[in-house]
Amino acid sequence: MRAALRHAWALAAVPVVSIVLALLLGSLLIIASSLATPQGLNLMLPFVAYENLLQGATGLSLLDVAGRTITINPSIKPDQAARAITSTLAAASPLVLTGLAVAVGFKGGLFNIGGTGQVLVGGFAAAMAGIAVANQPAPIAVAVALLAGVLGGAFYGFIPGALKALTGAHEVVTTIMLNSLAAFVIIGLVNDIYKITGPTFARTADVGNAALPILFGRNGNLGIVITLVLVAVTWVLIYRTPLGFEIRTVGANPDAARYAGMNPRRLIVLTMTLCGMFAGLAGAYEILSLGYYPAVFGSRIGFDGITVALLGRAHPVGAVLAALLLGGMRAGAPAMQITAKIPIEIIDVIQGLILLFLAAEFVIRKLIRTRAATVTPSEIETVSRSYGETVA
Amino acid sequence: MDALFGIPVIGFVLQFLAYLVDAIFTTNLPAQTLQLATPIALGALCGVMNERSGVVNIGIEGMMLTAAFVGFMAGVVVSDAMPGAEAGPFGFTPALLVGVLAAVGAGMLVSLLHAWLSITVRADQIISGTVINIIALGLTGYLNRLLKPGGSAGTLDQLNPPAALLDLPIVGWIVKMFFTSGPITTSVIFFVIALQIMLFRSRWGLRTRAVGEHPRAADTVGIDVIWVRYRNVVLGGVFAGLAGAWLTLEFNASFQNGMTANRGFIALAAVIFGRWTPIGAFGGALFFMVWEALGIAIRSNPPPGDLGTFLSGIQSSYPSIYNNFFGALPFLLTLIVLAGVVGRSIPPAADGRPYVKEGAT
Repeated sequence: MRAALRHAWALAAVPVVSIVLALLLGSLLIIASSLATPQGLNLMLPFVAYENLLQGATGLSLLDVAGRTITINPSIKPDQAARAITSTLAAASPLVLTGLAVAVGFKGGLFNIGGTGQVLVGGFAAAMAGIAVANQPAPIAVAVALLAGVLGGAFYGFIPGALKALTGAHEVVTTIMLNSLAAFVIIGLVNDIYKITGPTFARTADVGNAALPILFGRNGNLGIVITLVLVAVTWVLIYRTPLGFEIRTVGANPDAARYAGMNPRRLIVLTMTLCGMFAGLAGAYEILSLGYYPAVFGSRIGFDGITVALLGRAHPVGAVLAALLLGGMRAGAPAMQITAKIPIEIIDVIQGLILLFLAAEFVIRKLIRTRAATVTPSEIETVSRSYGETVA
Repeated sequence: MDALFGIPVIGFVLQFLAYLVDAIFTTNLPAQTLQLATPIALGALCGVMNERSGVVNIGIEGMMLTAAFVGFMAGVVVSDAMPGAEAGPFGFTPALLVGVLAAVGAGMLVSLLHAWLSITVRADQIISGTVINIIALGLTGYLNRLLKPGGSAGTLDQLNPPAALLDLPIVGWIVKMFFTSGPITTSVIFFVIALQIMLFRSRWGLRTRAVGEHPRAADTVGIDVIWVRYRNVVLGGVFAGLAGAWLTLEFNASFQNGMTANRGFIALAAVIFGRWTPIGAFGGALFFMVWEALGIAIRSNPPPGDLGTFLSGIQSSYPSIYNNFFGALPFLLTLIVLAGVVGRSIPPAADGRPYVKEGAT
């Protein structure tokens, strides 16, 4: 039991300390920003903010803050909790998928920053297919639209993979370019061709029966279940199949993989396509929950996937935990903005700070004097080493 | 090939070339291109400074964004404190001067963070850059929402060379391209030439390249690898800072969340395109941005003949596709160029690899 605990701590120590430090630094920022409010300096504001965040994410209330006094008073309202937890799950599951889109890339020594573009293309493909089958029976419509999203994302992941394998163009740069390209092209298409008249903003027609069915609560839809199944499938694929072994070998050491008779080029294309499939599904999930494709689809989930993958240590289970944290913050932030008047963007800052401390893990490890294992996936070294190099 | 789907291809190509030649020699297309290419070129100079010493920097975007915000805020604060102040040369009011300096300072500060993470802490450099981009986007967005800066510091003036100079053959064209924009745009060409000469002809340049190619060898002859890298990364931040200042103090007079709009990443591509040389990167920046300038030129002054009718037909039937096409073109070209060029473009050998002194842990 103690050995198991020690093992868990060795894995989780640096991420947990990073999260705590980020929240502490975030609270300093909240105190500083209280100076910009009419009430002036308010040392209690972080407590109010984080209390609201927790309540919005889980329905759990820990503190009562009245003026300058804080009383610890754990309480929970069951119906509020059910609603909050459903929202957190709904926000977390696309993040799990975009997290896997980055994490699987890490395993293969690739840094997929193209999640944003793959989400857009996958979402757009799902919307197009969904509109086409809007009047078919729901099971068929949903399946077709989801499949279109996966294929759209796969296509958009295949491009940087093929570019890297054939020409050596580094995926970090090409995926960033592809992100912008997708945004420009899709905005143009929606505004000029697929826009419907009626709504006050530019958007496509409804996906009708292809909308993801709600299974529980207000927004607990099918996507949550699919995501959980996929996490298990991904774990098996990466750690228990020959293909997963090859991907991990190329990630750890491309030369060794080549000497062992593996084909790094093929695996690069395959891995990037796989990454694109995850992100494309996440995009499909977002659009089929919304019910249409808006011209301005400013989803951050592609970007957040990087945080999820790094915080979750490029492991499927880690990605779930990290996505729950981020999804909870996203779900709880509106409540915090209303009650504590803290701009919702504080979540982005805290997320950035978590990543900052993770990146500086060398310092964190000294700080907590731990022998904890390294947080940065070791394959990321391959990513950096290959920067600008050609694949032999 | 004469006609494709009823479109007279050869006729269009000839008309377009005639329009292009006309635009290059008689309109302000070159000056416009230089202006749009300025943040790309400055960002690319930052990238060259970093990567030549062996530090990959994909955080240029975040450095620019931070500098743009800090410069703008400083400018607004000063212009509120001293309204109606006299403008000096280039339209430099005290507010704008403080703004530009603050932007440069912010660029250097963020660069220092990148240097610390990638050199001292030996974090992965690509992750360090990504972290900087994410923090910059979040923090500027947060502060912008919180502080809601009203007002503006204004913008820097464009240079106004005497008409007699502009009428000269050849010289007039050069003056028109390089000396009719704001001071930050004008400064770019000097930075490019200076950096090109220094990188290949000075002691500093030799040391920088040695550290970027073979840090161990540089170390054995007594060059302080860590110090050279720190200095280059932080000085590179000056250029990222200027690019940010261009965004909010020269080209625009306001700050919007995420307004860098991936310019920092195009800069990264310009570095690779230019094979890690300042002049090459500058050429890359011009090549990537000339299309957007061309889009603006065509919109305000459409080409005559069938081509003009065709283009304005597209513009009126598909306005959004038409506009976004010119926005997307730099990214598409970057992709094509990267795919075609990278195999022959070799980065500094130690790019992206932290240096560990022998015997140290």
